[in-house]
Amino acid sequence: MELADLAAIAEKERAARPPVEVRCCTAAGCASAQADKVLDGLKKAAADAGLDGKVRAVSVGCLRLCSRGPLVQVDPDGTLYANVTPEAAPSVIAGLAGGPVAAERLDPAGPFFAGQASVVLENSGRVEPERVESYIAADGYKALYKAVREMTPAEVVEAVTRSGLRGRGGAGYPTGVKWATVAKNPGDRKYVVCNADEGDPGAFMNRSVLESDPHKVLEGMAIAGYAVGANQGYVYVRGEYPLAIDRLTTAIKQAGKLGLLGTHVFGTPFDFRVDIRIGAGAFVCGEETALMASIMGGRGTPTPRPPYPAEKGLWGMPTLLNNVETFANVPRIIRDGPEWFAGIGTEKSKGTKVFCLTGKVANTGLVEVPLGTPLRTIVEGIGGGAQGGAIKAVQTGGPSGGCIPAELLDTPVDYESLGKIGSIMGSGGMIVMDGASDMVDVARYFMEFCMDESCGKCVPCRAGTVQLHRLLTRIVDGAAGPDDMARLESLCHMVKDTSLCGLGQTAPNPTLSTLRYFRKEYEAKLRTDRRVHLPVYTPTVNGTPARRTP
Amino acid sequence: MPTAPPAAEARPVPHPSGDKRFKLLEVAMKKHQFRPDALIEVLHAAQQLFGYLELDLLLFVARHLKLPPSRVYGVATFYHFFALKPRGRHTCVVCTGTACYVKGADGLLAALRREAGVGPGETTPDDNLSVLTARCIGACGIAPAVVLDGTVKGHVTADALAAEMKGWVPGGTG
Repeated sequence: MELADLAAIAEKERAARPPVEVRCCTAAGCASAQADKVLDGLKKAAADAGLDGKVRAVSVGCLRLCSRGPLVQVDPDGTLYANVTPEAAPSVIAGLAGGPVAAERLDPAGPFFAGQASVVLENSGRVEPERVESYIAADGYKALYKAVREMTPAEVVEAVTRSGLRGRGGAGYPTGVKWATVAKNPGDRKYVVCNADEGDPGAFMNRSVLESDPHKVLEGMAIAGYAVGANQGYVYVRGEYPLAIDRLTTAIKQAGKLGLLGTHVFGTPFDFRVDIRIGAGAFVCGEETALMASIMGGRGTPTPRPPYPAEKGLWGMPTLLNNVETFANVPRIIRDGPEWFAGIGTEKSKGTKVFCLTGKVANTGLVEVPLGTPLRTIVEGIGGGAQGGAIKAVQTGGPSGGCIPAELLDTPVDYESLGKIGSIMGSGGMIVMDGASDMVDVARYFMEFCMDESCGKCVPCRAGTVQLHRLLTRIVDGAAGPDDMARLESLCHMVKDTSLCGLGQTAPNPTLSTLRYFRKEYEAKLRTDRRVHLPVYTPTVNGTPARRTP
Repeated sequence: MPTAPPAAEARPVPHPSGDKRFKLLEVAMKKHQFRPDALIEVLHAAQQLFGYLELDLLLFVARHLKLPPSRVYGVATFYHFFALKPRGRHTCVVCTGTACYVKGADGLLAALRREAGVGPGETTPDDNLSVLTARCIGACGIAPAVVLDGTVKGHVTADALAAEMKGWVPGGTG
């Protein structure tokens, strides 16, 4: 495979493209609203109307406004239809000639779309995720060619470092530094792992990226493999994402056939294989050491760090572990240069970030914005504000994050600013809550999540989350007194400071942040009388309450 | 001088039941060269073939991958995905992710309890319906979401869910 061959595939693909393309989103959100039938309807209607060669209906990835699916976009004029039913599909084709369309028409220049950036999601909704040719026509795999043929591994690492890219899994560790560490650590074999175990409830960015543009992630991984000297990559995907697994499997096969992955990538001595590992439903496996334990076929329990995976990872070898979105940023950095990338975002947080805007907000869906965008712009501008009523809080970072109250909506969204106000960027879940949400119950909800998902290896997390959950339940039930509040706070700090891995260390965050901003709601639930409420003890005999003898 | 018996690795014996699915499982294990670190992949395959992981099945896997049964059992019980008990003919998974929680997933669970008489993790006495919860199925844009026999349904209301349940549960509460 040479650059000319790549260009030939792209040229052939572009030549075969008819003047009008009707793109139907078939990612998981729209698929659950019968997008497959809509696509069939569009194809049939186009064929019936004798428009073969002029109009083509294709399956694409996420068109972002997930709550109004299935979404259909007409290229090149960009007309966007929402809530397209299978029955309305023929009218979309008829609408090309000016007929009435029986579906809601959206304004692509409206606030939801106009306020967004397109770096990670540049191909989402444009390329066909199940055809590598479509990705190549969108300049795909050019960055990999440039990396392996025109740059040394050290230059690739240098470019990523200069771009200022930071880990998109939530912690925000500088990607270039991580790559450099793996590159310099000696090892017979090295591994590249893509963390697609998106466990945060209320987040689906990685699923969307994998379903919409799987080749971009593979290209990023291959570039990383070349940079750090690894020949084997693993994508660890959640078992809950069957469509993402399907599309990724197809993508790996197609890329392998064209010699873009596998042995001798682009005719160089560089080999890179990618295998999929399917998760089995354990939130803790998003933690890097637990994830590696799971790839090696064990229970997903974390191990203390150091040694970090960059020194001793999979099978004791140096391992590079990055999030899906981090890898998806890499091709663009190599293709357009680190300076271009560093031009987006703030001084310390470069580039864009994809968020899943959900909850009680008018427009729910996938949102990509430059880092440093104020939260208000995202929630009220792009999201269109709360559905009836006022926004009370925005939850970011899932069970490891916090609740940001409405008065802090002007905070810019970047790693440092969110950390300062007691939340985290996290992987990108952003859940809007209105007055109907009881913040103490929200704290209890997240604590219940952490309690269930604790792997049980270390005591502070295993026992601490149970006790915290009990305390929070007592408060919600109105059985707690002021002493319980004090106990809750001190236990939160204990669990935070002494747990082994990120799950336990961050489990108290939602509680601490709601205590910080919504303490009044906690205090309103405390009982006021001074009587000590002890649980009533009922002696039992063989499981039935014992009757007192008269 | 007596010769040592051939040190050839004894091939694990096929399953005595003669069930064809064990043969298919062996093929799946062979694809991974019987490597112990492919345990989770193998368990996925086993669950797909058998529906759930019986103890006998776990022992079969342990023998073939040359792993102690405790390790196989430990892994099978660690992950939520693996079921050690059979499920009902139909499954209803209610997503309890944050977006679904904010939009009323607990109302859906209450509706299920009312209609089918079972809560999360339980199966109706006639083995027709299992109610499960998921931490997040990533369909937050269409919250609240449920998965009925593998099909994702979004924007579900308690009434709509109760209507869906009509065919699956004998009328009224169990």
